[in-house]
Amino acid sequence: MSDKMNMTIAQARDALRKGDFSAVELAEASLAAVTASKPLNAFVHDTSDIAMNQAKAADARIKAGDAPDMCGIPIGMKDLFCTKGVNSQAASAILDGFKPEYESTVSQKLFDNGAVMVGKLNMDEFAMGSSNETSTYGNVINPWKVDDQDLTPGGSSGGSAAAVAANTCLAATGTDTGGSIRQPAAFTGITGIKPTYGRCSRWGIVAFASSLDQAGPMTKDVRDAAIMLEAMCGYDPKDSTSADIPVPNFEAALTGDIKGKTIGIPKEYRMDGMADEIEKLWADGTAMLKDAGAKIVDISLPHTKYALPAYYVIAPAEASSNLARYDGVRFGHRAKLEAGDGITEMYEKTRAEGFGAEVQRRVMVGTYVLSAGFYDAYYNRARRVRALIKKDFDDVFATGVDAILTPATPSSAFELGKEVADPVEMYLNDVFTVTVNLAGLPGISVPAGLDSKGLPLGLQLIGKPWEEGDLLNTAFALETAIGFDAKPTHWWA
Amino acid sequence: MAIDTTTAARVAKLARIKVEEDQLPALADEFSAILGFIEQLNEVDVEGVEPMTSVTPMRLPRREDVVTDGNQAEAVLKNAPDSREGFFAVPKVVE
Repeated sequence: MSDKMNMTIAQARDALRKGDFSAVELAEASLAAVTASKPLNAFVHDTSDIAMNQAKAADARIKAGDAPDMCGIPIGMKDLFCTKGVNSQAASAILDGFKPEYESTVSQKLFDNGAVMVGKLNMDEFAMGSSNETSTYGNVINPWKVDDQDLTPGGSSGGSAAAVAANTCLAATGTDTGGSIRQPAAFTGITGIKPTYGRCSRWGIVAFASSLDQAGPMTKDVRDAAIMLEAMCGYDPKDSTSADIPVPNFEAALTGDIKGKTIGIPKEYRMDGMADEIEKLWADGTAMLKDAGAKIVDISLPHTKYALPAYYVIAPAEASSNLARYDGVRFGHRAKLEAGDGITEMYEKTRAEGFGAEVQRRVMVGTYVLSAGFYDAYYNRARRVRALIKKDFDDVFATGVDAILTPATPSSAFELGKEVADPVEMYLNDVFTVTVNLAGLPGISVPAGLDSKGLPLGLQLIGKPWEEGDLLNTAFALETAIGFDAKPTHWWA
Repeated sequence: MAIDTTTAARVAKLARIKVEEDQLPALADEFSAILGFIEQLNEVDVEGVEPMTSVTPMRLPRREDVVTDGNQAEAVLKNAPDSREGFFAVPKVVE
């Protein structure tokens, strides 16, 4: 593997500008690493022609002295993003062969910033999953291993996480509806940030649960997260929930100085039966922030326990509405019909063949909670609880808390196949992350150490709305104190 | 709440997903488990709390009611499984 691929975005940006190597050379190194990473099954659609053209254009911009931060940086693109003329299937059979005639706003912004797309990345089908086991393309294998066990990279952005951890690209796009950026980042020892709801345009991103979905970067460190997030976000009139507020220079916010900041430690996140090593990781992280000059306060977020059940009403309800469009008429798969089959049979057979088991389950749960007679008891009640969950955070921030520190996940990466049997057990993976989506807040997962098996664990920092710069700076201070530099053994090539 | 196979069949029908008869009991069990998990929400006092409609305090933006897009029939139909003469084609709907 080439040294170039060990670089961060910031290092490669500076090296490209100095002329140490060209964007074309960097793209070639990345594409070679992508090809060699086949055993991980992270990349699912080849975009090498696009990458080479983008790299040539990037070299021209660098030469002309007109090089934005992402210029010439090889990135992977989650399959959830619509990319013009390139298969964009949300890892679902129902979108077999779908090639959008348009480009998502986030991918377009990255391309305008000079980024080079080296491939489309595997994920859980329609971003529904926490282990990347619901994909029509098959499982992604975590670059981190224990003995010979194949582990999950987490989900739903499992391909993105594995691709970055394996140094096949310098960064990747992810999306996060209940933890889908932060949990896989934690499982693979990388950094992932979900910005405030409304920061990144959702236009052209295949919708799962529209009131929760946000795109964000998955990177090797906090500085890269700041650089790439800035390139991804900004107002977009094509998304009615996009925030019309200026995007600050996030990288400039990384001073590492958190003196006088107040960090809240929520007691409700100390779960019964929490693993000792997670508890220790959290306590160590708290001590490090304190040593860096932050004030530590105990806080209470009383409705935390109800976040997951509220999520599993709201997200399926929105999914059942959003996924109604997959009916075999306008795009993707249509079932073969028998003589006498009408349009209803076409819908029912198409959706039974095209959707995997977890997607079917969630669409039907969503249909149920929205159906006549249950709408108030389930859907409206969940939206009321959601309002209380958000109020918990509002109240805490109103007391002067700047950020909240929690574990990112209840465990390290688990064995593939281990939790598939029980959907509710699988849902518990998101216990620490899902509150953040319900409250629309920014959250970042930072690699914080290795567990007794030698697998990475992450800590999560939760920030105030629109304060990604401040949140990134706190994460930067934590990252600096932790000094995490472990890498998976390069077994796949 | 336990979901029976009749309810499971009704939900599948509403969702327009074909579920074979012999798969209904397993589906009903899964629904029951998930809904059992959701039932915890009944413990919360939500008296006087408005259901959340928008997580950020913002008004949906408005714009002039004018045509801003169109004349892209070819692009619109490009991914259709079946299209004829500038239209999406589907099985006969009206007898």
